[in-house]
Amino acid sequence: MRIVVPLKTVPDLVEEIEFTGEGTGIDREYLKFVLNEWDDQALEEALCVKEAAGGEVVVVGLADDPDIEQVLYTAVAKGADRAVRISGGGESTHARSALLAAYLSGSPADLIITGVQAADDLDGQLPPMLAARLGLPHAGVVIAIEAGDGSVTVRQEFAGGRSAELTVTLPAVIGVQAARQTPRYAPITKIRQVMQAGGIEDVTVAAQSGGHGLTIRRMYSPERTAHAQMLDGGADAVADKIIELLRSRGLVKG
Amino acid sequence: MANDILVLAEHSGGQLSDSTYELLGKARELARSTGGKAEVAVFGPADLAGQLGAADTVVWVDHPALAGYVPEAYEKALAHVLAQRSPRLLLLSNATIGLDLGAALSVLWDAPLAAYAVDLIVEDGTPVATCQVLGGKVLAEVALDADRAIATVVGGSFGQAAGQADGTAQVVPVAPPASLDEARMSVRRVIEPEAGDVDITTADLLVSVGRGIGSRDDIELVQELADALDAPLSASRPVTDSGWLPKSRQVGKSGLKVKPKAYLAFGISGAPEHLEGMRDAELIIACNTDAGSPIFEIAHYGTTADLFDLVPALTERLSG
Ligand SMILES: Cc1cc2nc3c(=O)[nH]c(=O)nc-3n(C[C@H](O)[C@H](O)[C@H](O)COP(=O)(O)OP(=O)(O)OC[C@H]3O[C@@H](n4cnc5c(N)ncnc54)[C@H](O)[C@@H]3O)c2cc1C
Ligand SMILES: Nc1ncnc2c1ncn2[C@@H]1O[C@H](COP(=O)(O)O)[C@@H](O)[C@H]1O
Repeated sequence: MRIVVPLKTVPDLVEEIEFTGEGTGIDREYLKFVLNEWDDQALEEALCVKEAAGGEVVVVGLADDPDIEQVLYTAVAKGADRAVRISGGGESTHARSALLAAYLSGSPADLIITGVQAADDLDGQLPPMLAARLGLPHAGVVIAIEAGDGSVTVRQEFAGGRSAELTVTLPAVIGVQAARQTPRYAPITKIRQVMQAGGIEDVTVAAQSGGHGLTIRRMYSPERTAHAQMLDGGADAVADKIIELLRSRGLVKG
Repeated sequence: MANDILVLAEHSGGQLSDSTYELLGKARELARSTGGKAEVAVFGPADLAGQLGAADTVVWVDHPALAGYVPEAYEKALAHVLAQRSPRLLLLSNATIGLDLGAALSVLWDAPLAAYAVDLIVEDGTPVATCQVLGGKVLAEVALDADRAIATVVGGSFGQAAGQADGTAQVVPVAPPASLDEARMSVRRVIEPEAGDVDITTADLLVSVGRGIGSRDDIELVQELADALDAPLSASRPVTDSGWLPKSRQVGKSGLKVKPKAYLAFGISGAPEHLEGMRDAELIIACNTDAGSPIFEIAHYGTTADLFDLVPALTERLSG
């Protein structure tokens, strides 16, 4: 089974966000980028599927994503068999899905596993878009994948903890919400070794139209409308104030 | 037709979801501005038109493949309805079904998609959406100025009352597309959530912990505070996904909706999926070292103290 796992980097959410001069985009220059957390889950689940059913895991990134090399090498250190870097960038999910679909049309996969979403998906999520472009079935918000013969059984989650088991004929695209286990850790020394060995395969694909069709008027931080009253002082002063708030509502006995 | 607003109904066991009413209420409002109709697409055998009197039209597609939610079957049925009804705007909930269908239809129906919408208006005939980006740290105002568009809307963004108004919808049965006779996907079984050891939905006070706690070993620290307050410990999704607390403690979109008298959040950033589950708490007090985290937009009181200092300080005062 050939499993392809598209990986993407996103701004680290702990960072301070700055906007471009026109105020219609995020200024990416000084941001730190990290692997999209749902892609990390997808990679873990893909490695688990490979361990259970055999096959090959190919991780794929887009060349213009900041720090994508680090992410691809780390994935190889964790157990991916090959890493592919596709020329071009994904300014939007529409653009990313067009590039990935072009790559996958040339090197078909049995199973495409990726994160259910990324934190900067303004124009929608990758897995269904990719599936639609490739004419494949897909399911998102998946928390377990079990490989069968020519199919996979996946558990798709709904609100309130309800879920359903779906049997999906391969090839298919699955959007992972959470892997069956906490994503594994690759020791730094191992990542360094992989980096020194190199071996990211570069692939150029024919550019496809991938506009998202939205007109972004402005982007801004919602903090302006924030209404939390901030409690000052050190931990002790804050603790006193919180106890007082709870006590005045009868939520602390005594 | 070209000015209509179409909502996809979500239902199970003959019951429509809260989000269906939220979207229908908004669809009515938007349709007044566009001069079109508010339409709801209902898939499957259940006759739900009686519960959708607030709609102008209920477009009903039935087929054995639509007996329960199957992404492939719903996608085919919705693409078919969109081709027949040609609405100006399709509204989906930004939950599992909307996450599956929105992006797929954006490609198949060739319509721009605004995801994570928390507000929608019509300006001079053009729908304009306000969307959350980066876990709610950023808002984007986007105009959907193509001749057709899709928005997936975050649960709880709009009220349900307008969608539950009385009225009579015209029912338009639509013959299912032939493509539904072939399936590459089927439901094997539906799994109901397991009951937990404690019911976090009935507690007056919740102590809630997020990824900021950092490790399983440190859960003990907040558990001690919860014990001292005689409150259950609840959590954000990463904490339950990591197995640090049982799934029955998860607050949010895919967990439980809670409405305690007070909700104490420690090390929770306030992603839209988390806020969906606790925004209605009467009092929200949030502790997060990042002053820019979205939890502070809905919290009543906030502190940027380190939880590793604040939590023991609170526990000490309660047990002293
Ligand atoms: C379909 C879907 C459904 C989902 N359903 C849910 C759901 O039901 N419930 C849910 O919670 N999430 C859900 N999520 C996940 C959601 O998007 C977020 O990833 C999640 O809520 C983040 O959890 P968090 O706030 O604990 O972690 P993070 O976002 O990582 O936040 C941790 C916070 O801790 C702060 N912090 C770190 N150290 C300290 C310290 N020492 N003291 C104080 N603060 C500190 C940081 O500043 C940070 O803001 C869902 C996602 C999807 C795609
Ligand atoms: N296993 C596969 N993995 C990736 N792409 C595929 C696969 N099978 C078919 N495709 C591509 O998907 C597109 C549509 O395929 P289909 O609708 O199945 O004929 C074509 O460009 C195919 O090359």
